Amino acid sequence: MSETLVAQLPVGPAEPAERAPTDWRTQSMQRRIRQRYAAERRFRLLGMAAVVLSAGFLAVLLVTMVYNGASGFLRTEIALPVDFANAGLTVDPARLKGPGADLALAGAGVENATKTAAIAAFGPQGSDLLSDGAWLSVRAAIKRDPAIMRGRSIVWVPASDAIDIAAKRTGSPENEAIVAHFKQRNAIATGFNWPFLTASDSNDSTRAGIWGAFKGSLFTMIVTLLIAFPIGVLSALYLEEYAPRNRWTDLIEVSINNLAAVPSIIFGLLGLAVFLGTFGLPRSAPIVGGLTLALMTMPVIVIAGRNAIKGVPPSIRDAALGIGASPIQVVFHHVLPLALPGILTGTIIGMARALGETAPLLMIGMRAFISAPPAGLSDPSTVLPVQIFLWSDQIDRGFVEKTSAAIIVLLVFLLAMNGIAIYLRNKFETRW
Amino acid sequence: MTISNQHKICAKRVSVYYGAKKAIDDVSLNFDQRYVTALIGPSGCGKSTFLRTLNRMNDTVPSARIEGDITLDGEDIYDPSMDVVQLRARVGMVFQKPNPFPKSIFENVAYGPRIHGLAANKTQLAEIVERSLRRAGLWDEVKDRLSDSGTALSGGQQQRLCIARAIAVDPEVILMDEPCSALDPIATAKIEELIHELNGRYAIVIVTHNMQQAARVSQRTAFFHLGTLVEYGATSDIFTNPRQERTKDYITGRYG
Repeated sequence: MSETLVAQLPVGPAEPAERAPTDWRTQSMQRRIRQRYAAERRFRLLGMAAVVLSAGFLAVLLVTMVYNGASGFLRTEIALPVDFANAGLTVDPARLKGPGADLALAGAGVENATKTAAIAAFGPQGSDLLSDGAWLSVRAAIKRDPAIMRGRSIVWVPASDAIDIAAKRTGSPENEAIVAHFKQRNAIATGFNWPFLTASDSNDSTRAGIWGAFKGSLFTMIVTLLIAFPIGVLSALYLEEYAPRNRWTDLIEVSINNLAAVPSIIFGLLGLAVFLGTFGLPRSAPIVGGLTLALMTMPVIVIAGRNAIKGVPPSIRDAALGIGASPIQVVFHHVLPLALPGILTGTIIGMARALGETAPLLMIGMRAFISAPPAGLSDPSTVLPVQIFLWSDQIDRGFVEKTSAAIIVLLVFLLAMNGIAIYLRNKFETRW
Repeated sequence: MTISNQHKICAKRVSVYYGAKKAIDDVSLNFDQRYVTALIGPSGCGKSTFLRTLNRMNDTVPSARIEGDITLDGEDIYDPSMDVVQLRARVGMVFQKPNPFPKSIFENVAYGPRIHGLAANKTQLAEIVERSLRRAGLWDEVKDRLSDSGTALSGGQQQRLCIARAIAVDPEVILMDEPCSALDPIATAKIEELIHELNGRYAIVIVTHNMQQAARVSQRTAFFHLGTLVEYGATSDIFTNPRQERTKDYITGRYG
């Protein structure tokens, strides 16, 4: 035995004839070096060009949107002189305090009084200069200070769609002239459009707001996160840590990978058939939207989660098992904390996609016209991207800037959501 | 209580298979309380596999299958009633590559006592941590930075931290799987010194590629080759007067 081992000395075939040493200074060598450097430069330039191009597209997108949308956050108001004493308002001042005030004023003819005042002040077509919701401002003014009902007073009311656009951008020549006329008398002003952030959808672009859709998106995302995150993470953990490797788990893996690639509208059909059809959940509700989007988000979280869990070094598992940690302790004390940053990255991607999703929500009825913000998870509601889609369909010119403004709100929502997730991820990551 | 003349660990006719491949073939070997036993042999001879059967770490390999009996203080460790978690607390392990948890030095050592409920309160836990780090010869180097990350230590310190982590749960046996193979000679010397100090308190089984190391730290040596146990005896006998030709060839450097 020892003989055979010792006999392995390097006795190969005879060496080939000695080659001349390589000359590294020849012309062809120099050319090779030049080509190598050129290739490096070319590659770097291409990469840089790709980055610049994509940054450029992003910049164009953002600038266009801000340019179109910024004015959506502004609204024009006109100073309307109202002669309350002679307006024939039939309301008992005692009822103006307390919760019955709105009802009392609605029945008191404030809407008519506002129209009359507009005609008196601006001529026969005067009431067309004001938004349909102008009387709401008058009502609010009365509620603020009932004393004004005894005399004449000036109330700032929102201008109509056409006047609003003429004041902020360019309108028809007649409206431009009206705006100029008001400006001379300091009777027109443009300010921040708070109602855009606090109101819900409306047929009248001057009264339409984003709050209802924003709240709907918020509720939907909460449902999606609460369902998709735990189920996705637990599935990933089970498949990676516990499940035996056999044909069934292979089948499950393939199915999950395919689910992540299914077009979103199919999930909408599924939600329609299962959540509305079989379980009879309420139509247009954030709970159904959230469930449907959770189905769509789950595979993304499972795939990202499994990859993150796979990335945890086996030596850490060995270390924990070696001092007698039980499998569940290994998972929750060591594997999950180390995999969490990766899982959160997957969750960000999945949730961002869910937030921007329109098609599946159309299928479950979240495209309805909803003029009140949802109070709960089962109230009818819409979401930001669907609201954008609905407004972009409107003929009214005032909705163009509202559409862009809503896109800005959606992007801010998205950035805030991702910001929180990235903050959490970094917190876990930088612990060590 | 252990009867004084009983072996701490008895392996009887142990064979291990990975799928169809036989990694360990019919090995019988006993380990005693007050001894350091070295397992030596060329790469792939099954000494690490054998070591990992002693605390059932091979359970984590789905294709692994074991035949034969292994007892710890007379209890069959592969008996279904044996609790693997407790077994691994009683039979601690130190791995080839230092693998501290990505947590603080204190947490690394405190983790085991905490999950096994060995400390009633924080003071006791701190005592256990200090005692373990002292025994591992690391206390003076880290006492001022217990809240630093365990992974920020040098390789040798990390390995001693892993030893401290293993002894924090008061094991009866410590298995060491080539604990010095990733360390420089100075760190290796420290670990060897540490093994000397731990000797007597724990039964230690160490796998090593380094024959000088086996000669320095162990009282008994087992030589493995191709999955079989070739020779087992007092270290001095194995290195000066091997009975088997294969052992002689290996320790004189003819192969391996």
